[in-house]
Amino acid sequence: MVKDNNMGKLHAEKVNVYYGDHHIIKDVNLSIQENTVTAFIGPSGCGKSTFLRLLNRMNDYIENFRKTGDILIDGNDIYDKKVRVEELRKRVGMVFQKPNPFPKTIYENVVYGLRIQGIKDKSKLDKVVEDSLKQVALWNEVKDKLHQSALALSGGQQQRLCIARTIAVEPTIILMDEPASALDPISSAKIEDLISELKEKFTIIIVTHNMQQASRVSDKTAFFYLGELVEYGATDQIFTKPVKELTQNYITGRFG
Amino acid sequence: MVNKKEKIIESILMLCATVSVLTTIGILWVLISESSSFFSKVSIKDFLTDTQWTPLFAEKHFGILPLISGTLLTTFIAILIALPTGLSIAIYLNEYAPKRFRKIVKPLLEVLAAIPTVVYGYFALMVVTPFLQKFIPDMAGFNALSPGIVMGIMIIPIISSLSEDALYSVPKALREASYGMGATRLQTSFKVLVPAATSGITVSIILAISRAIGETMIVAIAAGQQPRLTLNPLVPIETITTYIVQVSLGDVVQGSLEYQTIFAAGIALFVLTFILNNISYFIKKKFQEKYE
Repeated sequence: MVKDNNMGKLHAEKVNVYYGDHHIIKDVNLSIQENTVTAFIGPSGCGKSTFLRLLNRMNDYIENFRKTGDILIDGNDIYDKKVRVEELRKRVGMVFQKPNPFPKTIYENVVYGLRIQGIKDKSKLDKVVEDSLKQVALWNEVKDKLHQSALALSGGQQQRLCIARTIAVEPTIILMDEPASALDPISSAKIEDLISELKEKFTIIIVTHNMQQASRVSDKTAFFYLGELVEYGATDQIFTKPVKELTQNYITGRFG
Repeated sequence: MVNKKEKIIESILMLCATVSVLTTIGILWVLISESSSFFSKVSIKDFLTDTQWTPLFAEKHFGILPLISGTLLTTFIAILIALPTGLSIAIYLNEYAPKRFRKIVKPLLEVLAAIPTVVYGYFALMVVTPFLQKFIPDMAGFNALSPGIVMGIMIIPIISSLSEDALYSVPKALREASYGMGATRLQTSFKVLVPAATSGITVSIILAISRAIGETMIVAIAAGQQPRLTLNPLVPIETITTYIVQVSLGDVVQGSLEYQTIFAAGIALFVLTFILNNISYFIKKKFQEKYE
């Protein structure tokens, strides 16, 4: 397919996902522009996390997983046979719900992605560690204990470390699967601030249960329900005057 | 009525527990008392430093070193075989194999541990040794290499099974974190899973070593019965366990010094495995603390 500017950074067309007989994602079409934050909202089990994980092919190892339709990033089909999934994941990073640093030092966590690419140059690694940690505003807190275990950090710090680890490999898109839901309100607010800053450099897609969070951090919002993309538009519009009644009911808390 | 029944059951359970504890104490007591009369005639220094073990000969030497070297040599060869194979199997089953395949293969592998060791012993003597002699003509008919290899095969399931359990218990989140960074399955296995499961894997190795050190039949059949202080795997040697078998079957006079040597050898064996079991217990405890 030829690249078309209207398609944006990421374009999904008629995407369906099945786990065995379960039809999880139904006919989803979606385009996401570069350097924006897009929030996926919807009740549990609506398929928003599954859809997010399609974008870096994290569902690949699930047995009975089947997908139809196309997902294009920069105009290229990421499910094409020629695509190496490892290369894709270097370009499409992921931050998970629960902070999941490796049981290694802070330094080794940040350079993990570079090490697996075979980069050994110490001065380069040092620089990436400093830059990445500064970007997530963690540098001042940890610069004196880079060689201590990452598991000794607080939950919020661990999550920022995980974001630092992700941006260290310079992806263009960052997927975040409820990145603040396991954190206290202050740590959660820090993550939100961070997302707004990271937008300058990355395209961010965030799954969240927290409606206030979606309205605060995102430019666009996609509302999923029972595997369908019910409504997708500018966040302001979705939260103030949604077109669909279902969206209206969900954001006003009438179900969820 | 119910209370009485409870009491009876409680005392039966108590009795069972007591029996096993008493047995252990009894064995230890016999080992210590018999070997203490041995050590009243042979100094501990000679026992630990003499390089010959010839209690059944006219010129008697009581150095345990040749037996220990024989034991460690066969054990070392066994681990050399079992560790890479067992760990590869564990990684394959955990990371690559389809779930259904894993479910079938894991119990099948454990069958390896259920084969009677006497069968392994003859396998080493009649199959492995002649086969190896084709490539190493100098190799003696009895040697440390072939029982070592066969023992290695026998303990593969100890390492593969326990290591697989350890890899399996590494949180899924770490695995996903690694994949999410663009790591391949192999990189994920070696850079994240194996390091995170180190303690469990170490425990499996130590248990396998314990098993190899205590193994008797294979070495008794295929390693020869010549105590020899050597690291050469091509010549006959004798392990601690084999010596004990040899004397127990022979016609040494009960209560004689020759007879008591088996208890001294038994103590040496006990100390070796006791230390290893404690190390593994210690590692296991540390491991549990880390993940909770």
